Amino acid sequence: MCGIAGIIYRDGAAHPIGDEMTRMLQSMKHRGPDSTGYALYGTPANGGLVMRFKLADANTPRDFEYEGRLRRHRVEVENRLGALGARLHEVEEETPYAFRVAFDYDGDLKLLADIVENIPDAEVLSLGTSLEIVKDLGDAESVHDQYGLADFNGTHGIGHVRMATESEVDIAGAHPYWAYPYSDVAVVHNGQLTNYFYWRRRLEREGRRFMSECDSEIIAVYLAQEMSNGATLEESMHKSLDELDGVFTYIAVTKDALGVAKDELAAKPLVLYESDELVAIASEEIAIRQLFDREIETYDPYEREVLVWQR
Amino acid sequence: MAAVVGERKITYDARGLAEPFAEAPRTAVIDADGVATFDAKELTTRTINLELRRLLYEEGVKEVVVLNPQARHSLGVGILTRCKITFEGSLGYFGCGVIDGPEVHIKGRVGWSACENMMSGVVVVDSNAGSLTGAAMRGGDLVVKGRVGSRTGIDQKGGTIIVCGDAGLMNGFMMQRGRQIILGNVGPGLGDSMYDGTIYVGGTVKSLGIDCVPGEWTEADTEFVARKLLIYGLGSPPELQKFVCGKVLYNYDSLEPSERKLVI
Repeated sequence: MCGIAGIIYRDGAAHPIGDEMTRMLQSMKHRGPDSTGYALYGTPANGGLVMRFKLADANTPRDFEYEGRLRRHRVEVENRLGALGARLHEVEEETPYAFRVAFDYDGDLKLLADIVENIPDAEVLSLGTSLEIVKDLGDAESVHDQYGLADFNGTHGIGHVRMATESEVDIAGAHPYWAYPYSDVAVVHNGQLTNYFYWRRRLEREGRRFMSECDSEIIAVYLAQEMSNGATLEESMHKSLDELDGVFTYIAVTKDALGVAKDELAAKPLVLYESDELVAIASEEIAIRQLFDREIETYDPYEREVLVWQR
Repeated sequence: MAAVVGERKITYDARGLAEPFAEAPRTAVIDADGVATFDAKELTTRTINLELRRLLYEEGVKEVVVLNPQARHSLGVGILTRCKITFEGSLGYFGCGVIDGPEVHIKGRVGWSACENMMSGVVVVDSNAGSLTGAAMRGGDLVVKGRVGSRTGIDQKGGTIIVCGDAGLMNGFMMQRGRQIILGNVGPGLGDSMYDGTIYVGGTVKSLGIDCVPGEWTEADTEFVARKLLIYGLGSPPELQKFVCGKVLYNYDSLEPSERKLVI
C-alpha cells in the first residue's frame, strides 16, 4: 500500500519540515508500518556538501565482528574521502550504522560515491548540497527520535511509509531513493512497477548502480538517466508515464523543485493542497490536516498528471 | 510536537479490531430542538462512530452535528436509520459507507470510496471527492458539488450520483443500474464495460469506454434531470449528452433473486 507525502514552501525560507513531515507520516502509519524515510532539504551552514551513508543494514547479522567492522569501515570512509581531496568538516554518528558527513569537495560526485560504496556493506543514502535522506525501520516517530529530526529546518521535503510488497524489509529497500549519482535528487513511490527487470537491465548497461531489489529504485535511477541526457525534471517525469509500466504515484524532488506524477490508471491515491504559502501533498488528506488546524480545500489530481512546483 | 490522531493510543484485539473495549464518550450536547452536537477533535474513529450510534440508536436523536471530523477515515458508516447527520468538515476514506436511510451533509470533502454500498438516503458533499465515490451504490442520492476522482460509481447498482464539477477516468466502470449526472467534463473510458444504467454528461467526454454508446434522449430524461437538480438547488440543467450500454458485451440474462420473484 505505502503512503507518500511532500511539502514545499514557496518563500524559500527554512521551516521545521522535520517535525512537519513526521506528523504527516505518523498519521499514515496504517498505510505502511515497515519502514519510514525522509528526503529533506536543509540549509547547510558552510555551503559545502552533505552525505548520508550507512555501513550496515537492519538485517546485517550482528555477529562478534560487527562493531569492530563498523569502526574500521567508518575510518576507511574518512580516509578515502580525504584521499580524494575532500575537506571534512564533521562526521556525525546518527545511529551505530548511519552517518552524516559535511565536507567540501570539487571533484566528480559519481567517483566519490563509487569509492565510498566500494567498502563492504556501505551505501550512500544521499549526496548533495542540501539533500539529506534519512530512512530506517519503524514508524515515523521512532525514526524521528532516532535521527534527531526535531531540529531539522528546511525548504522542502518528502517522506514515505512503507508496506513492503516487492522486496525485503530493510533500509536498502526503504524509500526515498537517491538518484545516484545526481546530487540533490530523490524519489518516493507508491505502487508497483511491472517492467522493473527490463529497465534495471537497461540502466545497468548504462552504468547505473542498484542497491536494492525494490522496484521503486528504478524511478530514481530512470529520472537521473533522463536528466543526465539534458531533460528537465518535468520532461523526464512526463516521459516516465509512457516508459514505466504498472500502477504508481510518485514524488520527485530536486534542490528547488518538487513534482508529482500519476499513472494513466490513477490507481494510487494523492491529495493536493495548494496555497500562496506552501504546497502539501499526501496519499491521504488526514496527513495534510496535520499541518492545519482548520478546514482546507484539497483535491485529487487526475490520471497522467505531472505537476511541478518551484520553491 | 502535537499528538498525532492518537495512533499510539489505539489498541487492537487478536482479530485486528481497533479498540475492542472502547465505549461511547457521551460528550454530545442535545439542545432544545433535539439536535445533538459533539466535537470529534479529541476522539478516535471508533469513539466518534460509537457516539454517533449511541445518539441515533439509544437516545433516539434524529439530528446530529459532528464538529471537527478532521478527514478521519470510516466515519458515519453503517447507519441504518432515518436521521440527519451534518459533518462540519472533511471526511477521509470510506465516509458514510453502507448506510441505509440517513440524510448526510458533509461540509468539506471526502476521500476515496465515499458512500460505498449505500442503500438509501441522501449524501451531499460541499467540496471535492476522491476516487471510487459511490462504489457499488444501490440506492439513494449522492451529490458532490466539487469534482470527483476516478471510477466514480464503479459497479453502481442503483441510485443517482450527481457531480457538479469534473470527473476522472472510467466513470461508471461496470455500472449495472442507476444514473449519474455529471455537469462538468469527464476523463477517458466513460462507462467502460457498463451493463446498464444511464450517464448524463454536461461537459466534454475525453473518450468512451468499451460498450458505452450515446443514448436516445427522451422526455423522461428531461423530467428526471430537471427534478433532481431542482431538489438540490443546482439550478436549471445545462445541455446534456446521454450515454448508455451498447449491449454488445451483454451476455447475461440471469436476474437478481428479488427480480426473479417478480417474474415468477
